[in-house]
Amino acid sequence: MSDTNKEGSKEALFSPKNRKLLTNPLSKDNPISVQVLGICSVLAITVQLRASLVMAISVVAVMGFANVIISLLRKTIPPRIRIIVQLTVIASLVILVDQVLKAYVYDVSRQLSVFVGLIITNCIIMGRLEGFALHNKPWPSFLDGIGNAAGYGWVLLTVGFFRELLGSGTLMGYQVIPNVLYDLGYENNGFMILPPMALITVGVIIWVQRHRDRDLVDIS
Amino acid sequence: MEELTSIFVRSVFIDNMVFAYFLGMCSYLAVSRTVNTSVGLGFAVIFVLGITVPINYLLENFVLAKGALSWLGPQFADVDLSFLTFIMFIAIIAAMVQLVEMIIEKFSPTLYSSLGIFLPLIAVNCAILGGSLFMQERNYANLAEATAFGLGSGVGWFLAIVGIAAIREKIRYSAVPAPLRGLGITFIITGLMGIAFMSFMGIEL
Repeated sequence: MSDTNKEGSKEALFSPKNRKLLTNPLSKDNPISVQVLGICSVLAITVQLRASLVMAISVVAVMGFANVIISLLRKTIPPRIRIIVQLTVIASLVILVDQVLKAYVYDVSRQLSVFVGLIITNCIIMGRLEGFALHNKPWPSFLDGIGNAAGYGWVLLTVGFFRELLGSGTLMGYQVIPNVLYDLGYENNGFMILPPMALITVGVIIWVQRHRDRDLVDIS
Repeated sequence: MEELTSIFVRSVFIDNMVFAYFLGMCSYLAVSRTVNTSVGLGFAVIFVLGITVPINYLLENFVLAKGALSWLGPQFADVDLSFLTFIMFIAIIAAMVQLVEMIIEKFSPTLYSSLGIFLPLIAVNCAILGGSLFMQERNYANLAEATAFGLGSGVGWFLAIVGIAAIREKIRYSAVPAPLRGLGITFIITGLMGIAFMSFMGIEL
């Protein structure tokens, strides 16, 4: 069954192999810029850093727990109906997240609108459940989930950071560009707030990443 | 009728799923290598959206919304099942996708094999669930309006994926910087197409 981690119980919790599960998705195996999963939400909710942060945390929570639950159930789920089982687990977790957001950060929850619901169809989660949690023990699956969600999170935060900084001159809602600059004729780049700029920002992130790590370059 | 046309045109151009909301990007980026497969996937998406949005509309208005169950009898008048929305919608969508998969396998095996893994993945295509959730958020007045919105969104997605596939087929002959090749340039082109689509924004229908 658990082919990649047979001696799991003897292994230390943070053995090098387990640490790799956590760090690889941050760079070499990044879900967004390398595996091309879960793009939709990156683009739509990164106008402000605050919304990006809430979204990143929600995805970390859903993904970590979904991976653990599926990994615990991996021997009981019949392969033919696994997609529906996975969707049900994810959907239940997302409902929890949605209710928590509505209760504690109502304004952000309004701002994210349908995108909280769309965590269900965020392909990162399905992809990792299919690709990892179905064949591995709970602890490595948990690390893999957190790692991938964090890899997703940092791209989200980077895009949110630049879009909010250049687009509205604020970070987390606080003004950071001093008024002196505005007096000198500096203007916010209204273009950054528009949705297409998110795509171009991600494109540039991919460019920089592949420039630094030539292994990732697409040869075809 | 005028109302329906306006909803349809709005959802094709102004509220385009891909360029205005970035929904369904994963399969949009992954399947758009050639025009042929993207046409096939585009039709499948139109079909699934055109069916699931009206069904979910009925579900929303007769089962899930607050007071929607009152047709069962007065004692159900204040039952509010809206917290079940996500699970119900995704269940309908997964079932419909299964249906489409069987139909395509039966009538066009070539298309079936060329779509491969992406057919079952329509179930997790955010454009589909997004369509239903937007339908819920915008409170369409009747079933016909919801259908027009579903079909329109599907057609918009179809146009987007066929457009990008055509551009990607051509761009293979251009000298794109190596690190930008493939994924990077596709993102940037999509961004530029999005900017072009934004010119529809001011139009009032």
